[in-house]
Amino acid sequence: MRKYIEGSMAVAEAVVLCNPNVISAYPITPQTHIVEDLSQMYANAEFKGQFVNVESEFSAASVCLGAVVTGARAYTATTSQGLLLMSEVLFNMAGMRLPLVLTCANRAISAPINIWTDHSDAMALRDSGFIQLYAENNQEAADLHYQAYKISEDDSVRLPVMVNMDGFLLTHSFEPVDMPTQQEVNEFLPPYKPQHYLDVKRPITFGSMVGEDGYMEVRYNLEEAMKNSFAVIEKVTKEFEAKFGRKFGIFIDTYKMEDAETVIVAMGSVVGTIKESIDLMRANGIKVGLMKVRTFRPFPKKAIVDCLKNIKNVIVIDRASSVGAGGILATEIRSAFYGNTTTPKVNSYIVGLGGRDITIKTITDIVGNFANVKVQDSQFVELDHKYMQAGDDYLKTI
Amino acid sequence: MSLNHGAILKPGSSRNNKTGNWRNIRPVYKHDKCTGCTMCERICPEGVIFQEDKKKFNVDLDYCKGCGICAEECPVKDIDMVPEEK
Repeated sequence: MRKYIEGSMAVAEAVVLCNPNVISAYPITPQTHIVEDLSQMYANAEFKGQFVNVESEFSAASVCLGAVVTGARAYTATTSQGLLLMSEVLFNMAGMRLPLVLTCANRAISAPINIWTDHSDAMALRDSGFIQLYAENNQEAADLHYQAYKISEDDSVRLPVMVNMDGFLLTHSFEPVDMPTQQEVNEFLPPYKPQHYLDVKRPITFGSMVGEDGYMEVRYNLEEAMKNSFAVIEKVTKEFEAKFGRKFGIFIDTYKMEDAETVIVAMGSVVGTIKESIDLMRANGIKVGLMKVRTFRPFPKKAIVDCLKNIKNVIVIDRASSVGAGGILATEIRSAFYGNTTTPKVNSYIVGLGGRDITIKTITDIVGNFANVKVQDSQFVELDHKYMQAGDDYLKTI
Repeated sequence: MSLNHGAILKPGSSRNNKTGNWRNIRPVYKHDKCTGCTMCERICPEGVIFQEDKKKFNVDLDYCKGCGICAEECPVKDIDMVPEEK
């Protein structure tokens, strides 16, 4: 049924349709309406599992870890600093090969204090062993949850999945979202059948100490599981499309690529703005297209190289920066082309940090100037130099 | 060591998985001035020191991590910590 609904509420309803046994979350800033709506649904007995309010994100993640090792399907949501506070537990969950779905409302990280939209939080966890999927709009955000559980719980994968949706721009905005029925979701997503779980009758240990004689082998298995997830993500996405008729790309998605000379690469809600910009630029005869990255972990090197190998210019829009190395998506895309016979000109642009709007003008200016710039390190776009000068002047008065 | 994905293990795995291999120094009993006070046995954090006779203790080197607390606390200094050499 199509509903006019806030992004957070759509995700909360989608999560309840997935029948988790345990939801645990920290209810205070930084958090989104996802958890508020879930606790409301719990109070109204619309969600029949356990809802565990805790005193920190570290505890929320720990409760989820504990729940999953007992064989439960668990869920949590967080954002910004909260994700960083969870991080130790999240690395453990991946290493212990525990299925989980976590929604990350992508927001900035302090300092300075700022919890508005960007990808710094999820990007900091890119090496954790979580599968990372990025939504373009609220329909995709909701749909990713049904798929995420199925991917996460697949026997050849058994890895936690982070569903990423831009904070505020998606979580707090209203859009029409098609919500499936409980029966449809049940047909798509079978109950979780864990291979191993804690049971006093069959005692086992999760999270053992493993020394130098075995640690590398266990981590190698983790790497292999991530590779296995390519096939599972593809299978689940196709099953979802067959059942619900919706698809937003598997590893990547494209827009107006047919004759494109310049391609903009991005993740998250900015993809919508870029599509608008492309329509405007194409009306002026500029041959520009879009490649959206939906699956960031595992990093879909092959799909990206296949998509971009015959393109002249590639503009990568990063909403986060690895301080000291620059745009993260851009760096990985450049690295994907190493050893390839044809390589596009790839430039990296860091935009929209800490909630700064990325407008159509931002995009068209980057495309317009692209021919004039050489291949260079990541550039911060639309910096306010007057602001920086005023800051320096102000410091002298203190 | 037998390990499956995610290092999930059945109980009793410590019997097979020796944990003493990262030790740098190991305790060596002189069996000279021991008074049989049982201090070393009591304070060993790994619980791998065992009483063999009234005034004779020994250590299970499969699991001893070489922390040296036994030698430090022995009231009559009857334990030496000796470097592991290969």
